[in-house]
Amino acid sequence: MSTMTAKAASPPSSRVGVGATIQQTATLAWRSLVQIKHNPWELLDLSIQPIMFLLLFTYVFGGAISGSTGDYLQFALPGLLVQNALFYTLSTAIGLNSDITKGVFDRLRSLPISRTAPLAGRVIADTFKQIWAFALLVGFGAVLGFRVQTDLLGVLGALALLVVVSLAMAWMSVLIGLIASSPEKVQMISFSAMMPLTFTSSALVPADTFPAWLKTWSDLNPVTHLADAIRGMMIGGEVASPALVSLLWAAGFALVFAPIAINVFRTRI
Amino acid sequence: MRYAIQAEGLVKHYGATKALDGVDLEVRQGRLLGVLGPNGAGKTTAVRILATLLRPDKGTATVAGFDLFREAHKVRSLIGLTGQYASVDEMLTGTENLVMIGRLLGLSRPEAKRRAAELLDRFSLTEAGGRAAKTFSGGMRRRLDLAASLIGRPEVLFLDEPTTGLDPRSRTELWDVVRGLMADGVTVLLTTQYLEEADQLADDIVVFDHGKVIASGSSDQLKARAGSQVLEVRPIDESRLDVVSKVVGDVLDTVPEVVSGKVTASVHDPAVVPAIVRRLDDLGVVASELSLRKPSLDEVFLTLTGHRAEQEADDSDKAEAKSTATV
Repeated sequence: MSTMTAKAASPPSSRVGVGATIQQTATLAWRSLVQIKHNPWELLDLSIQPIMFLLLFTYVFGGAISGSTGDYLQFALPGLLVQNALFYTLSTAIGLNSDITKGVFDRLRSLPISRTAPLAGRVIADTFKQIWAFALLVGFGAVLGFRVQTDLLGVLGALALLVVVSLAMAWMSVLIGLIASSPEKVQMISFSAMMPLTFTSSALVPADTFPAWLKTWSDLNPVTHLADAIRGMMIGGEVASPALVSLLWAAGFALVFAPIAINVFRTRI
Repeated sequence: MRYAIQAEGLVKHYGATKALDGVDLEVRQGRLLGVLGPNGAGKTTAVRILATLLRPDKGTATVAGFDLFREAHKVRSLIGLTGQYASVDEMLTGTENLVMIGRLLGLSRPEAKRRAAELLDRFSLTEAGGRAAKTFSGGMRRRLDLAASLIGRPEVLFLDEPTTGLDPRSRTELWDVVRGLMADGVTVLLTTQYLEEADQLADDIVVFDHGKVIASGSSDQLKARAGSQVLEVRPIDESRLDVVSKVVGDVLDTVPEVVSGKVTASVHDPAVVPAIVRRLDDLGVVASELSLRKPSLDEVFLTLTGHRAEQEADDSDKAEAKSTATV
């Protein structure tokens, strides 16, 4: 004990270096991921919903929508990937909010660490979870009969696009996490936003049968473009245009929500 | 002597609510300042400001010799915060919580583990170290909280209501821990709703009410400031309480309190006591207890603020129920 007299954080410096920031971010990402080790249920939690959606949509709606469950699975799996990724961005909000309401965030902010590390650590951990959910859905889908029509590059491209868009969406999630009064509220707000957004798109059904007004909206809906792009990359079809529109939407999201979230972060917390 | 905490004119408003309305605080190095006050008096706001979590609307402050606003980062490297709000991650084990903080403070993995083990041992948490913090009892959680804030060997420690909601035994244990820290030379700012806690631990006490410091000094000075002593008389025969009350009232020219078989009254001039004793003797009243004592901090608080410390409940159950509602 006496051999370790050096103060952990001395000499005090006024800035956090890049190396330290990365190390702190990694520590905080570890903190979010190590919970899975103690609570494997969390991983199950993370996995059950996508699998349930996959099974329900394929076997309940599949035949009615596409004539056969196999055809529908082929169409819907990319859409389900999108839906799941968007839903999952909300876990950032829930985790952040629970840190704030429980006081963990205050402890982190009272430490001489990079101001961005707590946010960045959480977002990076959530990105790992996104990748897990993606692999799980594609793997389980393959068991049920889903076949990638393109190649590995297409699949990796789809994953990359989903991660990028999710990171942009995470800003909105951060904002919700900062302003909501409890994690339960976050869940409610997000659910009532995400559900209609993903269902009024071409993610899960072809938009052809929508009434005209809904079709107009669906064509605008960023989820439609994202689903079309992912579909293109996994089973073939147009990629460039929907991918570009998706990225523009993502940029727009980040441009609008990042400054607001950062401002709220600075002033309210 | 150097001041570890020095704050001047701190003001923080939330809309129309004045959480802090011009507060000055000074804590000398190595001392423990008790900030005493009821819920909503502004104690937590003051701690949050001094721990760099909140910017005041007005005022200046230095903590551990550094300007709170211009050198916040340096301040953070020298303080520790434990309390109602700063908390541990419930999903992580005790050890992981401490290792995480150690790593964030730049310790290597083995160093962080060693420091965690050392602190778990010091706070009798070694056995529970491998369990998730959510399984900890209230007292264990507070100790883990405290351990977490000590990883960086802070010079200044903020303890925001560290014993609120704890059972009496855990509270006493935590007091011992705090005394140990003071022996190490750490400067402590402790907020509390418990008058007894301030009395037990604090070198100096400031009393907050409605965002202002309404009194400060040592526990003895504050008791003296209430300006009187307290006379208590308990007759052997409880049926004579009325007589005792009348005698005390007549001599002191006040209306004494009659509670649980005792007559209690403020005395400004101790010289009147013999007169009371004589008159009681004349009336044949035998007292089983007759004492003149300094007022308790509770009574001081009442004198200073005109109202009782709301949260000061006689039984800790009541205090616990209230505090859990506010957490």
